[in-house]
Amino acid sequence: MSILIKGGRVVDPANKIDSVLDILVEENKISQVASDIKVRADSIIDAVGKIVAPGIVDMHVHLREPGREDKETVATGTSAAAKGGVTSVLAMPNTNPAIDCIENIGLLKAIISKSAKVNVFICGAITRGRLGKELSNIAALKKNGAYAISDDGCSVDDPVLMLEALEKARQSKILTICHCEDKKLSGKGVINLGFNSTRLGLRGISNESEYKRVARDIELAEKAGAAVHIAHVSCRESVEVISKAKKKGIKVTCETAPHYFALTDDELLSYDTSMKINPPLRSSDDLRAIKQGLIDGTIDVIASDHAPHTENEKDIEFERAEFGKIGLESGLAVSIMELIDKKALSWPGLVEKMALNPARILGINKGTLSAGADADIIIVDADKQFVLEKKNIVSKSKNSPFIGRTVKGLVEFTICNGKVVYKI
Amino acid sequence: MLWSRKDLLGLEYLTAEEIELILETAESFKEVSTREIKKVPALRGKTAVNLFYEPSTRTRVSFEVAAKRLSADVINIATETSSVRKGETLIDTGRNIQALKADIIIIRHNCSGAANMLAGALDISVVNAGDGWHEHPTQALLDIFTLKEKLGKIKGLNVAIVGDIAHSRVARSNIWGLTKLGANVTVCAPEMLLPVGIEKTGVKRSSNIDEVLENSDAVNVLRMQFERDEGAAFPEQLDYYKRFGITEERLSKAKKDIIVMHPGPINRGIEISSKVADGKNSVILDQVTNGIAVRMAVLFLVSQAREEKR
Repeated sequence: MSILIKGGRVVDPANKIDSVLDILVEENKISQVASDIKVRADSIIDAVGKIVAPGIVDMHVHLREPGREDKETVATGTSAAAKGGVTSVLAMPNTNPAIDCIENIGLLKAIISKSAKVNVFICGAITRGRLGKELSNIAALKKNGAYAISDDGCSVDDPVLMLEALEKARQSKILTICHCEDKKLSGKGVINLGFNSTRLGLRGISNESEYKRVARDIELAEKAGAAVHIAHVSCRESVEVISKAKKKGIKVTCETAPHYFALTDDELLSYDTSMKINPPLRSSDDLRAIKQGLIDGTIDVIASDHAPHTENEKDIEFERAEFGKIGLESGLAVSIMELIDKKALSWPGLVEKMALNPARILGINKGTLSAGADADIIIVDADKQFVLEKKNIVSKSKNSPFIGRTVKGLVEFTICNGKVVYKI
Repeated sequence: MLWSRKDLLGLEYLTAEEIELILETAESFKEVSTREIKKVPALRGKTAVNLFYEPSTRTRVSFEVAAKRLSADVINIATETSSVRKGETLIDTGRNIQALKADIIIIRHNCSGAANMLAGALDISVVNAGDGWHEHPTQALLDIFTLKEKLGKIKGLNVAIVGDIAHSRVARSNIWGLTKLGANVTVCAPEMLLPVGIEKTGVKRSSNIDEVLENSDAVNVLRMQFERDEGAAFPEQLDYYKRFGITEERLSKAKKDIIVMHPGPINRGIEISSKVADGKNSVILDQVTNGIAVRMAVLFLVSQAREEKR
């Protein structure tokens, strides 16, 4: 089985390539990247005028299986990924049961091998049941195929336990991903603390509840000599704390999500629960800091924090609705509009944030179009405008704040391990 | 001007002209309650449903009286006895009421935004009778109506709102309404009860009650709920009364004719002294009377807006 992708603008920052080239895929690998390749292939894709890039590596995805198959499954979540140009996802461990032991990794692996449409990498839980009380067997999680550990949704409040986790993670050479939130400070908050929380009469979540925990986790990581990755950075001070730590040489990386550079808490004035997210949509000042962090390299990664919830959990009073939004199918288009069109990032810059950097941080052989690499490739009509419509959402849940919006940048083909897993 | 909204959700969403229109309409309805037969046929054949998710006597009764004086039929749904107990969602409850061909839902809910959500899901009118900490528009309208009745105008008045601003829907609605009509508003409370960014609404913030009172034409005293579960972010009851309670002594240093308002129910000796509550400056019972006229106006206007659209 071979595919020849002809005449597209190949964007491959790993090899500093941004030019019109052909790509030949044979079996599950990229065999050649060159101009005007003349071979007989089983199929030929005309990519003239299109962007050809490595498949997106989304390192923050909630697939909900096992346990909440009413929200999402590995099958539906990875189908949504394929449609959004995402060829690899890191599945967060806050499932039921949590992915906190060998047995549960086994359970998830069985589901993945049966129903995943794209590559699914496993993130294990830092603590048993994600309860923050007792460490999981981190070495065993790593040995059995976890690529990172995180208690996502919660921070490990106990600093002694967190330090121990980071030391174990260093010994096992596994990445620790931190959900940074001090719940003593965020409390029962539901939106960003500020004038909008005041006018809406809703409890606020301060920037402080996030950045103080970012600072703590970085400090503990430094002490342990471990690598940490800060999840879903949403506010100015967090960017500043991370920037300082990086300059100091601490092994810290971080991600933000498209909603933090596309939306602010001004969008919440109609109590739209699809905008209820944790961390919350912040102020326009925070949004500027997030964009600046992406530009100057403080923020390494764009990840979706795809968080599916059913309509029953969202079409209720704002304070009672679940936190989170889906993002696999909108992430690229929103990023193109907000970052490339607004001249914050170049195409190679965006591919770095969405594919190359997350692959490097996770230590997986993805995110490049080098000859010999896994054939995870997307072909994007970057100028194509379209309306994100609810009826076209592949994810089992429809909780997207971007429904009804016109966006730009349509994925035409997603090739994963040499197979076309999605085409329009 | 013509009223075109099917709902009344908050004063933030209204223009000064719309607020004036409600006040003018209320003025013409006020006389109805002084007649021997206290009824006009304006809403005859219409059904208003009081849907109350929070205990409330005065607001519910006030709306019921207002609707009845307009000849509407009134149904009261208390959530303790309804299918809400069985887990029905707010939107489903609303759709059921709509299917009964009711015309207006008057909703009181402990969650901010509940009225907005219901209004978005239904074609019938929704009147917000208080949602969480968000808005209580008819309370503010009756406060403003009373103020205007006593002082002849709103523009240029110095109005103080004293108490738990952070957790008060009455404060928020008053702030929007008064500032839109050109009053100078100062919110006064311990710093911990003044919410973030409140000055962006155009009000001044202060924690010095004596200074604020000195300059005020009217003071609206909010009910203090010391039973609130907000942990450390709440002052001590006795300390509060000492520092912010509206007492005769305090009032003696204010303008002689200062108007004292309170949305009720009052906590005597907690935020206001008995003497002040019952004294010559107090208009607390006038507020209750005016509440009927204001709510008649609101029910009439939202109902008319739906007629117009038909």
